[in-house]
Amino acid sequence: MEKPIENKSRRKFIVRSLFGGTGVLLGAVYFGRNALRRNLYHAIENAEVAYSGNTGTPLIWFEILKDNSITFHCPKVEMGQGTFTGLAQIAADELEVDIAQMRVVHAQSDSGNIDAMSTGGSTSISGLWVPLRELAATMREMLKNAAANELGSDAASLNIAQGVISNGQKSITYGEIASKTKKWEIPETPALKPLKNYKFIGKPVSRVDLEDKVMGASMYGMDAEMPNMLFGAAVRPSKIGAKFINADTTEAEQMPGVVKVVKEKDFVGVVAKSYTEAENAKNAIKVNWQTEKVWQTKDIEAMVEVGKGDPMVIQKEGKADSILENEGQEIIQSEYKSPLGAHAQLEPNGAVAFVEKDKATVMISTQVVNITRKEVAEKIGLEPEQVNIVPTFLGGGFGRRLHTPNAMQAAVLSKAVGQPVKCFFNRQEEFQNDTFRPPTHHVMKAKLNGNGLIEALEHNVSSGDVMYGSALFPSIVEPVIGSDVGAWRGGMIQYRSIPNYRAVSWRVKLPFATSWWRSLGLLANTFAIESFMDELAEKAGKNPVEFRLAHIQDDKAGNRLKKVIETAAEKANYVNEVKNGRAMGFAASTDARTPVAQVAEVSIENGEIKVHKVTCVIDPGLAVNPDQIKAQCEGSIIMGISAAMHERMYVEDGVLKPIIYGPYRMALMKHSPREIDIEILQNDDKPGAVGEPPLGPIGACVANAVYRLTKKRLREMPLSLA
Amino acid sequence: MEISFKINGEMQTVDVAENTPLLWVIRDILNLKGTKFGCGKAACGACTVHIDGNALRSCSIPVRFAENKEVITIEGLGTKENPHPVQQAWIEEVVPQCGYCQPGFMMATAALLAKNPNPTDEDIDRNIVNVCRCGTYYRMRKAIKRAAELSAGEIHPSEENKV
Repeated sequence: MEKPIENKSRRKFIVRSLFGGTGVLLGAVYFGRNALRRNLYHAIENAEVAYSGNTGTPLIWFEILKDNSITFHCPKVEMGQGTFTGLAQIAADELEVDIAQMRVVHAQSDSGNIDAMSTGGSTSISGLWVPLRELAATMREMLKNAAANELGSDAASLNIAQGVISNGQKSITYGEIASKTKKWEIPETPALKPLKNYKFIGKPVSRVDLEDKVMGASMYGMDAEMPNMLFGAAVRPSKIGAKFINADTTEAEQMPGVVKVVKEKDFVGVVAKSYTEAENAKNAIKVNWQTEKVWQTKDIEAMVEVGKGDPMVIQKEGKADSILENEGQEIIQSEYKSPLGAHAQLEPNGAVAFVEKDKATVMISTQVVNITRKEVAEKIGLEPEQVNIVPTFLGGGFGRRLHTPNAMQAAVLSKAVGQPVKCFFNRQEEFQNDTFRPPTHHVMKAKLNGNGLIEALEHNVSSGDVMYGSALFPSIVEPVIGSDVGAWRGGMIQYRSIPNYRAVSWRVKLPFATSWWRSLGLLANTFAIESFMDELAEKAGKNPVEFRLAHIQDDKAGNRLKKVIETAAEKANYVNEVKNGRAMGFAASTDARTPVAQVAEVSIENGEIKVHKVTCVIDPGLAVNPDQIKAQCEGSIIMGISAAMHERMYVEDGVLKPIIYGPYRMALMKHSPREIDIEILQNDDKPGAVGEPPLGPIGACVANAVYRLTKKRLREMPLSLA
Repeated sequence: MEISFKINGEMQTVDVAENTPLLWVIRDILNLKGTKFGCGKAACGACTVHIDGNALRSCSIPVRFAENKEVITIEGLGTKENPHPVQQAWIEEVVPQCGYCQPGFMMATAALLAKNPNPTDEDIDRNIVNVCRCGTYYRMRKAIKRAAELSAGEIHPSEENKV
């Protein structure tokens, strides 16, 4: 049973004149009381996260300027996923303005309109789908009512187009009304328009940030500046578990350009006049690190093993455990592994901080504006309200910017010199101080019945932490959930007409930070489950597509999954046989209620796996922007190919490696499929998750195709025939 | 020491240590932020600029190397009003996602097309070797081909100025 998202319709509207009468701010409080706990319960039941509400007052959503343009202070950050565009479409349609009239900016924390939680989890569009339209519609009605007074007409008789309100004879713009009106009436939340009346929602609107990005004009955290800004660098350890003891800074203090060497109890940093001077001085600091153990890859691999650590049953139907308990020849078992992965986002974590006597400003690319604010405030002894976070564009998010300790370091350095300081990671520090995608180990077990159908199926997954340890989920909520939601994302069995199935998550605490990486456990879990489904289909003597379809339950989720599988097989002309040296591999996953099926067409060239074409069918429900959904699918497929076929971090003598692109092998142009064919199904009337679900199937697709070509079953990522 | 070079059509003289990477001169002294820092080791291509028409990775080039040469950055490639064919193609194909690596890719593509106006898929694979984490390669390949078409029909002002 699906529960509807709790309807949060209590709200308070705030209207203020802008300084100098240049326009009007329209704000509203969208309550998110106890949002965290409720969202967690909700996420567990429905894999769906509601909007958590904004953080405080004053609140700014829309700014109506005299030139009749609307500035939308977006509570979600833009990291490439296209949320600025999708949310602008949603707002424009109810505001009754043209998309070209909308200017989208990141809400600063001072505006009060920053998301109380984060930007992540593929929830921005789905979470704001109702609240944003309700706010926009209410504001449209406020403007309309004010115009009715001004024009001396009945509000119901007025027409609105592109932000111009007309009674047939006279017309007035939103900008004019906003600057004239002194007293606003707040109406009841109006009914939302029927879907068919939307002009932008559902259309492949071009990205609102496109031109700036193509001209190199968009500002990222790395590009932010303040007057009299200096450059900071913080010494970061290269060894796992290294604890800062003390540092000899004698040489660094004499280096050219150095303004100050800053010694704290837990870190040492330097402030200089330029980036290169700060880096050079940092490299001259001799830090005494203490490490208790010299780690190697094999130590980490030995920890990540089903059977070690704490188990938690996350899904159970029937008696899979007792059926599969007796080791016999009827039990089919396979094991799979995925490696430690880096985010490797192109923009290093950067921030500019300026700490003054009773306030601080931080410009930064962050996915957790509210947490960044709290952490900076605590670190420098201010109240969160005294710290303004100015989010910039993110040069890639992928979960990396759900942790922003660099903001605190920039703030500490700024406080020490009384000037703004820019501080960011160099690439080696990014690779060695990442919050990695944890390595995983999977044990799949099954038993087939006499008809070649699955009688029982079990997935055991061992993974390093994803959610635990994250500032997003304070330790107090750990007992509420009991296991790592992030690690088992995609780990549950989606074939629910199997009479007996079970999924078990084993928690391992690794000696370095592992955390959110786009789609969390989905890629690895789907690799295991969907590779195994092909193994079972072969054992049963069945076509892999039909085999999957035979195990899907007859309900809404099941029917949506069936439909993407059938459509993908049809669209790709899926065949089991090798043709012209190429084979197809099939896989499907359901993540955050969005089902995706993919078919990869693969060959082996000079001993290397080559992916020529990927067909992808996704059903995210209502498609707000079909072109950006396609872009997210293409990106997920390529990032998935990169992670499944190329990437791997390892540990040598206590040091995490590689420390640079190249040695950290990633998919480049030459590795990307020349053909990607995407179809969007919309078997739900509201928008669902898009940014992560299409990352699920690709690893298994490729492995299944390679098996068909070589009869070799690859059970470990990165997939390799060597 | 004082080093002079032409950047985006304008002569500039900077007074910095001669081994300062060109990237930091471009970004922090000349305040052109479109050229990005990704790795500092010429491994990702986010900092790609043109020096006398060649696509080079400015993070690993000492500023003295640019002395008396002509540097073009993304800001000098084209404008919103008059985009370079590569930028025009990037807009038509809606290539960028996060956008951070895109200036480097566009600079690499513009240099490729100047030498090879009609690159094959293999030419593209061999020459466009920057890193994009969002996975926009699929659209980039389409945009590179589209840019080749657009370039075939016109000569952009920024190309005409070159010796």
